[in-house]
Amino acid sequence: MIKPVPEFAEELAANGGSSAMLCFQCGTCTLKCPSAKYTSLRTAHIMRASQLGLKDEAIDGDSLWQCTTCYTCVEWCPRNVQVVDVITALRNIAVADGMLHESHRKVAQSLVKFGHTVENNEKIKALRKELRLPENPPTVMNNTAAKADLDKILNLTGFDKLVK
Amino acid sequence: MAKYAFFLGCITPFRYPGIERSTREVFKTLGVELVDLEDASCCPAPGVIKSFNKATWLAVAARNLALAEKKGLDIVTICNGCYGSLFDAAHELHKDPKILDDVNKILSEIGLKYSGKTKVRHFAEVLYKEVGVEKIKKAVKKPTGYKTAVFYGCHFLKPSKLKQLDDPEDPKILDELVEAAGAESMSRKGKAMCCGAGGGLRSQFGETAMKFTKANLERMKADGAEMIVDVCPFCHLQFDASQKELGFDLPVLHLSQLFGIAMGMDAEDLGLNAHITPVKL
Ligand code: SF4
Ligand code: SF4
Repeated sequence: MIKPVPEFAEELAANGGSSAMLCFQCGTCTLKCPSAKYTSLRTAHIMRASQLGLKDEAIDGDSLWQCTTCYTCVEWCPRNVQVVDVITALRNIAVADGMLHESHRKVAQSLVKFGHTVENNEKIKALRKELRLPENPPTVMNNTAAKADLDKILNLTGFDKLVK
Repeated sequence: MAKYAFFLGCITPFRYPGIERSTREVFKTLGVELVDLEDASCCPAPGVIKSFNKATWLAVAARNLALAEKKGLDIVTICNGCYGSLFDAAHELHKDPKILDDVNKILSEIGLKYSGKTKVRHFAEVLYKEVGVEKIKKAVKKPTGYKTAVFYGCHFLKPSKLKQLDDPEDPKILDELVEAAGAESMSRKGKAMCCGAGGGLRSQFGETAMKFTKANLERMKADGAEMIVDVCPFCHLQFDASQKELGFDLPVLHLSQLFGIAMGMDAEDLGLNAHITPVKL
């Protein structure tokens, strides 16, 4: 049986998703959502589950991760629900509970390793040279002291452990 | 001379360096100075990193904002993702002193401080508002003349309450910019549609992302498009990398590359050989 989690409203609010409580279930977001045409994502349903404290229903499964953060729903919502913020909050909660897709873990680990979510490679280095650009751009990946600073932030916020 | 801190992001320097080259040339031609934002990192990506841990996203973004503030410069981005991420972060830090305080506690550990001054700009918006269509027209030597599907992407104009740049359902900025380069911007439905790559979909649910992309391409093709012009390397990647599989072959240019061509840059300086869908112009 689905059981409400009474503290869920607080957890959601602490993660920036309190505006879910303003939703009055008109369904406009779901109607306008491009992802809903192709996937199981039903934004209005996620908002209602959040209001009722049905944590598992709000964060389980793939639906939550089928949102492209296109903001169409936010543009149309008559109640000014910050739908993308709610989805982001729910995703944060899911990840804190250990639900991180493997491909997403790889992207996150790339940030930890290189300071960028995409890595440089030999082909690109050659192309950069052809374009009279330095093989490595003058970013954090090219300066060990700067990278150490970034590492420190990722450590202080617990990100390195979260995505290990 | 107007001067900005140039924020590279990730996809541009490591997948499409031609966009970086073109942007540098085009801004120089138009008399806007771009200063490298040294030591900057990933913005970090709103759809993935922010989805995993918002506190990390905010602190890493604040470090980037603080690096620009130290230079006394506003940031120019060439990517909707970087723009969305850094703009949102700057906004959050601006509206709540408590959040700014918490972030500064982290930044103080690496000898940085952010006081909330950095403004985050999108290159297309700087070209439109600060340089202006008339000045761009004067710099055009080789009008490009293609029937073009402009692609706005999502985070350039939305959320429109925050961005306040243009009507997100029927925008004009890019149409006017593309026409300034001598191309024909097709009037078309679905300008506001998402490419499908964002929010972590491209990496985790690639097939879903492709469905978005296919719907866009079908519409563009039906309207007679000869070229796609985008303002985001992630949309760029999505359209460039998926067309072969989907059976389309529309050349994809970042707006900076279109301007590069129109302003007389050599073809080999545009980095078009990194494109997967061939660009024959
Ligand atoms: S559009 Fe807004 S009020 Fe309507 S169902 Fe969606 S979130 Fe709720
Ligand atoms: S932001 Fe997400 S939920 Fe909202 S319309 Fe876009 S894909 Fe759908």
